[in-house]
Amino acid sequence: MKLTLKIWRQKNAADKGGFATYTADQVSKDMSFLEMLDVLNDQLTEKGEDPVHFDHDCREGICGMCSLYINGKPHGPQQTTTCQLHMRSFSDGETITIEPWRAKAFPVVKDLVVNRSAFDRIIQAGGYVSVNTGGVPDANEIPIPKTIADLAMDAAQCIGCGACVAACKNASAMLFTSAKVSQLALLPQGQVERKARAEKMVAQMDAEGFGACTNTGACEAECPKGISITNIARMNREYFSAVVSSENI
Amino acid sequence: MILDSKIPAGPLAEKWTKHKFSSKLVNPANKRKYDVIVVGTGLAGASAAASLAELGYNVKAFCFQDSPRRAHSIAAQGGINAAKNYQNDGDSIYRLFYDTIKGGDYRAREGNVYRLAEVSVKIIDQCVAQGVPFAREYGGLLANRSFGGAQVSRTFYARGQTGQQLLLGAYSALSRQVANGKVKLFPRTEMMDVVVIDGQAKGIVTRNLITGAVETHAAHAVLLCTGGYGNVFFLSTNAMGSNVTAAWRAHKRGAFFANPCFTQIHPTCIPVSGDHQSKLTLMSESLRNDGRVWVPATVEIAEKLRKGQIKANDIKEEDRDYFLERKYPSFGNLVPRDVASRNAKYVCDEGRGVNETGEAVFLDFRDAIKRDTRKIIEQKYGNLFDMYKQITGEDPYENPMMIYPAVHYTMGGLWVDYNLMTTVPGLYALGEANFSEHGANRLGASALMQGLADGYFVIPYTVGDYLAQLAPTKVDENHPEFARAKEEVKQGIERLLKINGSKPVDYFHKRLGKIMWDKCGMARTEIGLKEAKAEIQALKKEFWSNVKVMGTNEELNQTLEKANRVADFLELGELMVDDALNRNESCGGHFREEYQTPDGEALRDDENFAYVAAWKYLGEGQDEELVKEELVFENVKLTQRSYK
Ligand SMILES: Cc1cc2nc3c(=O)[nH]c(=O)nc-3n(C[C@H](O)[C@H](O)[C@H](O)COP(=O)(O)OP(=O)(O)OC[C@H]3O[C@@H](n4cnc5c(N)ncnc54)[C@H](O)[C@@H]3O)c2cc1C
Ligand code: FES
Repeated sequence: MKLTLKIWRQKNAADKGGFATYTADQVSKDMSFLEMLDVLNDQLTEKGEDPVHFDHDCREGICGMCSLYINGKPHGPQQTTTCQLHMRSFSDGETITIEPWRAKAFPVVKDLVVNRSAFDRIIQAGGYVSVNTGGVPDANEIPIPKTIADLAMDAAQCIGCGACVAACKNASAMLFTSAKVSQLALLPQGQVERKARAEKMVAQMDAEGFGACTNTGACEAECPKGISITNIARMNREYFSAVVSSENI
Repeated sequence: MILDSKIPAGPLAEKWTKHKFSSKLVNPANKRKYDVIVVGTGLAGASAAASLAELGYNVKAFCFQDSPRRAHSIAAQGGINAAKNYQNDGDSIYRLFYDTIKGGDYRAREGNVYRLAEVSVKIIDQCVAQGVPFAREYGGLLANRSFGGAQVSRTFYARGQTGQQLLLGAYSALSRQVANGKVKLFPRTEMMDVVVIDGQAKGIVTRNLITGAVETHAAHAVLLCTGGYGNVFFLSTNAMGSNVTAAWRAHKRGAFFANPCFTQIHPTCIPVSGDHQSKLTLMSESLRNDGRVWVPATVEIAEKLRKGQIKANDIKEEDRDYFLERKYPSFGNLVPRDVASRNAKYVCDEGRGVNETGEAVFLDFRDAIKRDTRKIIEQKYGNLFDMYKQITGEDPYENPMMIYPAVHYTMGGLWVDYNLMTTVPGLYALGEANFSEHGANRLGASALMQGLADGYFVIPYTVGDYLAQLAPTKVDENHPEFARAKEEVKQGIERLLKINGSKPVDYFHKRLGKIMWDKCGMARTEIGLKEAKAEIQALKKEFWSNVKVMGTNEELNQTLEKANRVADFLELGELMVDDALNRNESCGGHFREEYQTPDGEALRDDENFAYVAAWKYLGEGQDEELVKEELVFENVKLTQRSYK
């Protein structure tokens, strides 16, 4: 396959950035999208040009490190992560546009690499159960109905990639935040801090500059892990019941 | 030099309890006067950093990813072992200990392994308390599955994402300590060197991956939790960034490197599809619970299959060779990894491989789906099946999966004593970065267990014992050793940037990987290893004269990051070959063709090789010195491993 690539190049956070066009020939259908970029980068290096920088690590769709806004969609045309996207999803002669995640709370670092540390700070605001190591009860002491454990797991599968933010026209982080709030609100272990958690995490989310949620569902549609927007509804319930009884403020 | 493993005397089951009691304690009010550096935020690092911060120490935690949550541990799929015996099927701490020693082909320490089995039960309690959503039965209690090398069901799991859930649990504990101000996080920061003052580790040198700034950090103790070095093979199941740099630089500062040649080749990975391949994807071993491994009974049928004249499902039952079930009736498809991998290689070497390249065997779920229904199989392995389909374009519910062994885990690593301390006082190694508990072969679901055991339950005691012996005064970062180490790191970076050769870094990495896979991989010979040594030396020379690293140090420079790592892999590769050459026996994952039983099993030589091979760095270009730690077995009898 032969492809035309329009790639966002930006030297650093301060640089204005712009698109550059490259051709990639000898692309095989079995290549992953990132392997296609690896080949491009080796060619650029041999020519003495700076390779395209992009984030990636596991290349198994689980670490959440890869990003890329491909042809106007986070992680490209399939509902997977970019690293799991294969070139058989494209056709010969196609032009592919590759951009970084675009969101105020995710500033570009270089080329296609963005800073997602805002997500870490949302978790630091309350995405945990406050237990120290040791001194906890036996794991089977509190039975948890399988259906509840499964629902908690559905939410817990979030990989923190940020596709939900990139997909949302308001750059809202509701899906990400609600996945963690839901997981812990569902489990008995999360009950004690339930209210404070929802309030603190939502406050941090707002402080980071993420936008509001207008329920378009774009986040769910683009989430590579299929995190459901029912989590957002659950978080809203958690949040409002917390604000009503207001433990924090 | 004599290596002292510091295994406490006394009966096996009492060693750890006694040791904890005799360890010195730091008074609670003094803990805040001690600084601890934790490099790595995988299971080992995140659990250690969180636990130490909870105790009151000041922790600095480093990782090269943009967030601690992305450490390679996140990718572990299958599960974590613990001797809970919730299934009432005969499990016990002793049995987990025994299985691990035997699975490791009797090349691990009894004392360490017993402690691991002992604390395993607490890990599950801890994770559940954090909100880790393990799989459960309808009654609400925790579910278990079985894994290779064991005849009991002791593996806890969270769908096919156990590593993710455990890591997110540890990450949440870590995040809580960041919020409490007890942990300072340094993401996108790579450790480049250890600072050793008067023989003790006192800090590290790092490079900020965004700005390129080379900086120093001082502390009373340094914990390396930097994972394994499987990427020396270029293609492996490890994340792209996994590297040996932290461990290797520590090695050059005096930390011995133990059993470097012990690498694990995992039997169930998606086969290589072409030259562009950048990494290999594991299909969890848990699949072997229900999948049956087979190849055609004859070369003729296999040839037709490879040419696309027939499909797997066309092959009649009597023409299928379920070779693991045939050769190992009592363990069947659940033999340990090394045995499963080697046998896949044998049948492919015979010409019975099933894909175009001839390097693949089938893993078939047809019978399991018939027995349990598709729905049940979907529940157990849904995400793994999806991933397989995504990568290969084939539907494993309809056609058997194709799998082949791939490099997966490294049992070798920095030598540590019972306290997890390396040969440099104050420098510790945890998780996959150390060599300790898995001997010559790791059992499935035991790495997660070890990482969390080290971080949650071992290091909080042992590091305290060391710190209690130091004065609670700040480590002086103005000591000239800090400046010197920093300068050396800068020079190393400059040296790479100045070469300006003609070949990209991956060109060298791929060639190194091929040498290692062909000659220091699943089967090794003296001749092959000697060739490998010469080839690596030549490649190293070429690297240092012809690699092309674009850009500057003062920016995000992914090529420079890679070049640094590959430079270290080249040196490590040579040591792995030396270690494999020295070990004139076969054991676990180390299979020397010269040493095998008549039916092709690993032939150990306990008389001469029941030791840990610890290597001491002597200087650039010099062969390293071998220091032996004899292994003492007081509780288990060394026998030929048999899974028949
Ligand atoms: C695909 C796959 C599946 C697996 N499945 C299982 C399983 O089911 N059960 C099981 O028990 N085991 C499994 N394993 C093995 C297990 O996941 C690993 O051995 C284990 O997670 C390693 O954890 P760790 O904490 O030692 O290191 P890692 O998780 O590898 O973490 C290393 C950390 O060190 C940091 N780091 C490394 N070098 C530097 C440096 N120079 N400077 C700064 N930071 C650095 C990284 O950023 C990272 O944070 C699997 C492994 C793979 C590859
Ligand atoms: S690289 Fe890990 S999810 Fe894509």
